[in-house]
Amino acid sequence: MTRFNALNLVKNALSGHKNWTEQWPESQPKAEYDVVIVGAGGHGLGAAYYLAKEHGITNVAVIDKGWLGGGNTGRNTTIIRSNYLYDESARMFDHAVDLWQGLSQELNYNVMYSNRGVLMLAHTVHDVQSFKRHVHANRLNGVDNRWLTSEECKEFCPPVNIAKDARYPVLGGALQERAGTARHDAVAWGYARGAAERGVDIIQNCAVTAIRRHPDGSVAGVETEKGFIKAKKVAVSASGHNSMVMSTADVRLPLESMPLQALVSEPVKPIFPCVVMSNAVHAYCSQSDKGELVIGSGTDQYVSYSQRGGLPLIEHTVAAISEVFPIFNRMRMLRKWGGITDNTPDRSPIVGKTPVQNLYVNAGWGTGGFKATPGAAHTLAWTVAKDEPHPINAPFTLDRFRTGRLIDEAAAAAVAH
Amino acid sequence: MIQIHCPYCGETLPELEFAYAGEAHIERPLSPSEQSDEQWAEFLFLRENVKGPHFERWRHLHGCGRFFNAVRNTITDRFYITYKAGEPRPDLATLLEEDK
Ligand SMILES: Cc1cc2nc3c(=O)[nH]c(=O)nc-3n(C[C@H](O)[C@H](O)[C@H](O)COP(=O)(O)OP(=O)(O)OC[C@H]3O[C@@H](n4cnc5c(N)ncnc54)[C@H](O)[C@@H]3O)c2cc1C
Ligand SMILES: [Zn+2]
Repeated sequence: MTRFNALNLVKNALSGHKNWTEQWPESQPKAEYDVVIVGAGGHGLGAAYYLAKEHGITNVAVIDKGWLGGGNTGRNTTIIRSNYLYDESARMFDHAVDLWQGLSQELNYNVMYSNRGVLMLAHTVHDVQSFKRHVHANRLNGVDNRWLTSEECKEFCPPVNIAKDARYPVLGGALQERAGTARHDAVAWGYARGAAERGVDIIQNCAVTAIRRHPDGSVAGVETEKGFIKAKKVAVSASGHNSMVMSTADVRLPLESMPLQALVSEPVKPIFPCVVMSNAVHAYCSQSDKGELVIGSGTDQYVSYSQRGGLPLIEHTVAAISEVFPIFNRMRMLRKWGGITDNTPDRSPIVGKTPVQNLYVNAGWGTGGFKATPGAAHTLAWTVAKDEPHPINAPFTLDRFRTGRLIDEAAAAAVAH
Repeated sequence: MIQIHCPYCGETLPELEFAYAGEAHIERPLSPSEQSDEQWAEFLFLRENVKGPHFERWRHLHGCGRFFNAVRNTITDRFYITYKAGEPRPDLATLLEEDK
């Protein structure tokens, strides 16, 4: 595989970019693998990459019902941050942010990680108190986050309206400077390329219809649209459809699948220097390198696999954006789309071993798992390779819903992204 | 926008008037203290999360305020039927047949 470097770029530019070699081959399934990963999103592809690179397990297939990166990985608003309240979450997301810093070099693929800073706006006294609590908790965990006054918010992000009589007055904000965005597709492509280079098969357009088990209950392999594939171990990372896939192995997961939507505007010149989130009014915004405003909305209230989402949410989001950033209220929106997120009752993921021997799960990342991609993938690979939890993913068990040891980011952070 | 029929008001109204209230026909255990941890986990957290016809509860929040049940297809978001709370679970096969 061609390594990307300045010399290669110049050479290929001179030949009109017609001679680049393919980045990964179009694989067909083999009869048997050591590990089959269901779902070629960033998490599944990343896990395959780390299995090959760090654990020497290369007889691996990543199987997707559609095209790689066509799930939530390619549909999200790419906000990356780690200022979560609880120790368990802070460790998981900060591990990911550590890996994000060097990911382009690691993969020799430009994932365009940009730590432009994520600013979370506080609009009420309650927001101010809870965000300050977050800032303190984060600092105790070694996660950067600091408090800004409303004037400092305006200085950091000029389009924010801080007028005293605004409908949603800005009373201040919490800023994580190491946080930012990355190019979602490039994350899937970079991991796919790195995994394929090390021998991993990436099999697209091949839905996994069931998990087959041995008479003793342990995993035997997966039934797919292209026939049965034998596997020593199976890891399921099929955002949105995890509960369906896992139920074929008699593992019930506490998940509800809901559409989450996003939209982009027409491209304009650089105006928006960072990411701004406003949990209270549900407005999330950043500007892509192409110049589009990338705006995140909320989930529909009901279970749905429509991959579309309801219009009232878009209307609400656009109204909030126009209030918080009046400068944008005549901007035209180009397109909107939805992705199916699987949500747990405590809004924290379920990662690791399952009651079925040699079956692993990476689920429930809900509306906020893109930021975790490298960390989730890295620790999932460890768990699959060693058949034991990694210290970072260990708390995110399925069993916590029986014991009651929830990691209740839902109540604590009203987490959206 | 989804239109929902409130079986109490007898009117079909925009989804904005309604609040979703989770899967339907889940009964609270009659003797809570006798439930095992597994049973509690199931009652509190495990849902069918169906891709297809789904039994669910709704509340006419900005109308009569009452809870009712519905069967909706989670792929198309289309409602097959709504019915009053306490009424028996409609037979799915009949519903789908009638819908054709
Ligand atoms: C609109 C939107 C905005 C978001 N914004 C953010 C954000 O700003 N920041 C953030 O951190 N997170 C965000 N998220 C959440 C984030 O996108 C996800 O948590 C994350 O991308 C999940 O990654 P994944 O690799 O697990 O899933 P995916 O990329 O969804 O991959 C799962 C794959 O499994 C495949 N699959 C499903 N069923 C089967 C089957 N039966 N057989 C084979 N393959 C199957 C799917 O085709 C899919 O490709 C957002 C999500 C959406 C929808
Ligand atoms: Zn009513």
